[in-house]
Amino acid sequence: MEFIQPLNLAEALEAKDAHPEAVPIRGGTDVMVGLNFARSRPAAVLDLSRVEELEEWGLEDGLLRVGAGVSYTRIIEEIGGRLPGLARASRTVGSPQIRNRGTVGGNLGTASPAGDGLPPLYASDAEVEVVSTRGSRRIPVADFISGPKRNALAPQELISAFYVAEAGGPQQYSKIGTRNAMVIAVCAFALALHPESGRVGTCVGSAGPTPLRAEEAERFMRGVLEEGGLWESRGAIPEAALRRFGELVAGAARPIDDVRGTAEYRRHSVGVLARRALGWAWDEYRGVRGAA
Amino acid sequence: MTSGVPIGVPAGAMPPAPTRERPRSPVQRPGRVGEESARIDGVPKVRGEFEYSSDLWMDGMLHGATLRSPHPHANIRRMDTSEAEEMAGVHAVLTHEDVPGRKVYGMEIPDQPVLAWERVRYQGEPVAVVAADHPETARRALEKIRVEYEVLDPVTSAEEAMREDAPKLHLSGNVLRRVKVLHGQPAGATAEVVVAGEYEVGMQDQAFLGPESGLAVPDGRGGVDLHISTQWLHIDRDQVAESLGLAPDEVRLTLSGVGGAFGGREDLSMQIHSCMLALETGRPVRMVYNREESFYGHVHRHPCKMRFEHGATRDGKLVYVRAGLVFDGGAYASSSNAVCLNAATFACGPYDVPHAQIESHMLYTNNPPCGAMRGFGAVQACFAHESQMDRLAGALGMDPIDLRLKNAIEPGMRFPFGQEVPHPAPVREILKKVKDVPMPEEQELAGRDPRELPGGVSNVTRGEGVKRGVGYAVGFKNIGFSAGFDDYSTARVTLAVEGGEPLVRVHTAAAEVGQGLVTLQAQIARTELGVERVAVEPADTRVGSAGSTSASRQSYVTGAAVEGACAAIREHLFERVREELGGNGDLSLDGDEVLSEGRVIVSLVDLLGDEEIEETLEYHHKETHPLDENGQGDAHLQFAFAAHRAVVEVDTELGLVRVVEIATAQDVGKIMNPQALEGQIEGGIAQGLGLALMEEIQVKSGKVQNASFTDYLLPTILDMPSVRMEILELADPEAPYGLKGVGEPPTISSTPAIVAALRDATGQPLTRIPVRPEQMVGISSKPPEEPPHPGSAGYAEIGRLDERPEH
Repeated sequence: MEFIQPLNLAEALEAKDAHPEAVPIRGGTDVMVGLNFARSRPAAVLDLSRVEELEEWGLEDGLLRVGAGVSYTRIIEEIGGRLPGLARASRTVGSPQIRNRGTVGGNLGTASPAGDGLPPLYASDAEVEVVSTRGSRRIPVADFISGPKRNALAPQELISAFYVAEAGGPQQYSKIGTRNAMVIAVCAFALALHPESGRVGTCVGSAGPTPLRAEEAERFMRGVLEEGGLWESRGAIPEAALRRFGELVAGAARPIDDVRGTAEYRRHSVGVLARRALGWAWDEYRGVRGAA
Repeated sequence: MTSGVPIGVPAGAMPPAPTRERPRSPVQRPGRVGEESARIDGVPKVRGEFEYSSDLWMDGMLHGATLRSPHPHANIRRMDTSEAEEMAGVHAVLTHEDVPGRKVYGMEIPDQPVLAWERVRYQGEPVAVVAADHPETARRALEKIRVEYEVLDPVTSAEEAMREDAPKLHLSGNVLRRVKVLHGQPAGATAEVVVAGEYEVGMQDQAFLGPESGLAVPDGRGGVDLHISTQWLHIDRDQVAESLGLAPDEVRLTLSGVGGAFGGREDLSMQIHSCMLALETGRPVRMVYNREESFYGHVHRHPCKMRFEHGATRDGKLVYVRAGLVFDGGAYASSSNAVCLNAATFACGPYDVPHAQIESHMLYTNNPPCGAMRGFGAVQACFAHESQMDRLAGALGMDPIDLRLKNAIEPGMRFPFGQEVPHPAPVREILKKVKDVPMPEEQELAGRDPRELPGGVSNVTRGEGVKRGVGYAVGFKNIGFSAGFDDYSTARVTLAVEGGEPLVRVHTAAAEVGQGLVTLQAQIARTELGVERVAVEPADTRVGSAGSTSASRQSYVTGAAVEGACAAIREHLFERVREELGGNGDLSLDGDEVLSEGRVIVSLVDLLGDEEIEETLEYHHKETHPLDENGQGDAHLQFAFAAHRAVVEVDTELGLVRVVEIATAQDVGKIMNPQALEGQIEGGIAQGLGLALMEEIQVKSGKVQNASFTDYLLPTILDMPSVRMEILELADPEAPYGLKGVGEPPTISSTPAIVAALRDATGQPLTRIPVRPEQMVGISSKPPEEPPHPGSAGYAEIGRLDERPEH
């Protein structure tokens, strides 16, 4: 196995161009498991841990641009105020050691439906930036993740960053696991309120082949909020509407039975999470004390 | 399959036999028995400096790897190793044809092939082993071994194995053991109130963190030294020697750093394989399983299905218990015999039961082999009898604690297996103690840190759906090996002046597996000989057997051996003092000096001079007896009791749990080392909590579905609550210092206490463990399976398979 260690992005892109079969590695939290258990035997590994450009984040044209190599720990500590949903999701990733190494770029690369970093990106319409020696392109995250463990990356391309708007309203992320820390999601739910556009962003994680937007639930709740003038009045969402929202989110899930849980439980619990998360986010929007 | 000359090494160029230095034995300054005494390996373990068996290394060593069957049941048609043998860097490829001695092994019944021939009976069964100059080369060589399998339908459950038309997995049939216990007149017994229930326990794993590993070093004279993490050096030595066709003294074992055991290291894993490779190649060979392989490399806790019927009077006095227990032993015997017996003897719980009829069945299947794990048959039984006691309390409208108090067994009564209940047997006392522990205050749900709510950091509730529940359970277990086994330990103790000060050296073969025996042995020597400095020698086979580090027995048996050897040295010293100094009256030892009537008369330095005093003592515990055909007999040495109260909070909409607190009361006879005791109790409860809530090897069609710590979940620090302990010290007059074994009781009744609390919170019946979130919210996790019908049909009568020991 060849080990390639570029020192900057330009070198990395050239290396990827020359070795399109090379598997990129940064935190290694997925790739190393595959290697250690001989599930993958790549001809070459492209180590991106020295490429500092991937570790940068900042504002660009009114959007946050977050490098693919920013660790979960840094997302929590440095960007948590601007992206509270992603920060909540990051807190549920693995152990402190994993959070120090793991990155959202890795979640995008692996494209597992259980990746905790993905649902918040869907709920806020993030775009993924991919680069090659021929230039860069930006792909909506829902298009980038093309199937279970599949993404739209071309062989010569690397994931360089994602673009997402700073939170304009409350955001939530909740996940089900059969222990209280360090657990892969049985299912998960991300929510982002967008008061500026009147939209409610959602995404169901780990209950389908990819993360799934609950579009019907989003349309329903957008209608409820508009009809009742609730964005302006900051009045309570009727309990029945919260329940309906939960049911619609549960209906959007496409879960399976596996070792981590049954399809029926996943559908049930993701609906409960959706109802609760919207309740908490809306309370926060209304300024209810202790709701954040 | 290989020639005598290792591949890749020219004939005549054999390197000289390397040797490995004996590990150091650091000098301790321990406390006395009963005092806090920090463990000598504590700091090195925390700093990452402790040498575990997976860290073993020698220059020039080779790396071993194991080819395992991908099928749970298959005939081996053909095997071709030639391609693997030709690979550069590969030094040996060995199959069953290369096993020099006995081709099978096993502690109770030698039914397990060292390397499979003709047939494989479980997924992961070793088929061939390879030694190469790099672990990756060894792994790739495995892929070059061609094995042609004829895949057979696997027998995937004990019920299936019982059927008349089931394929016979062993010549003796599929019934590995059945034990019947008949007490009173159960046949005609009737009662005013009857409750029946069916219960199921999933397959728990010991999940030790240090994988199976060791280093075999050939001695150049045909023998071999094996550095290994294990629970019983001498039984490993005997089995390894037998399969290598060597005399026992040609195989020498030294205990390496053990990263947890819990029963999972009682059986052999890579011991024979590494020695075969070392002897074949003339080079040291190291084998280290990876995490996934470890799940195939050791036995697990037996899955079990149980049907219980309890009859009682209307005022809550037990009249009878009828029970059938069906264990899935997996492909090979391991210690299943003894587990089956244990479960039968403990099935009624620590209660006065006038009439009992218990049948315990152990079946061979094509599932992973099961064997010893902390609690050893008592765990499964306790889940059922305690669930039944709660069910009965419900039917009677009685408080569950009052029902237990009313029926608690007492010294002088007889257990259903006929043995008299010895004194002390403080079932009532521990139940009252644990009930009287103040309840943890109910905290406001709103505004809590998420880590103090069900779901923890996953942010699922801020109090929505959360209900509190409380549950109790009591359990007991035998300490030491039972049913007629000559259970003993050997201690060699020397006293000499080293570096100007007296030093006691304690040498036993007892395995330190994390429990703290290395400190306890030093404490005993310090106490008995009044000497400040003690060195505990590395455990190895140069001294007699210490028996197994299991059945909570080492403090008792090896403790007694060390105490006895020290006492012999003390007598020797006192004799000398009386002869040489004419001392009389009450002699004692303290502060490196000999005292008479409390006054110093001579220092040990002066008394000993250059002389070294050595005493070796073999301690045999009192005789036990096998059960007769009605399951009656004085089978057990000592009984240890513990009770637990669990307080839980359940998110009843999601089925997620926070265990708020565990309170426990346990009789330990004598607190030998407070910190070590607390460690055993907390660790045992964590393992019991794991079984209640998450720990299960999921097996489908004979194949393990979750051989990783990603999907085999162990409790984390956020899942394990604080523990409140009430420790009783009711001395056992027959045991050294009055002590009772402490390792297992915390695991036994903590599980049913937690499940009782979950039932209290959710109102769900929860008859299967580990309890899944699905069950707590009332979603069935799978279609109901046919319940077991022990005794009803299909049992082939095979008689006693073996008269070998139980423990």
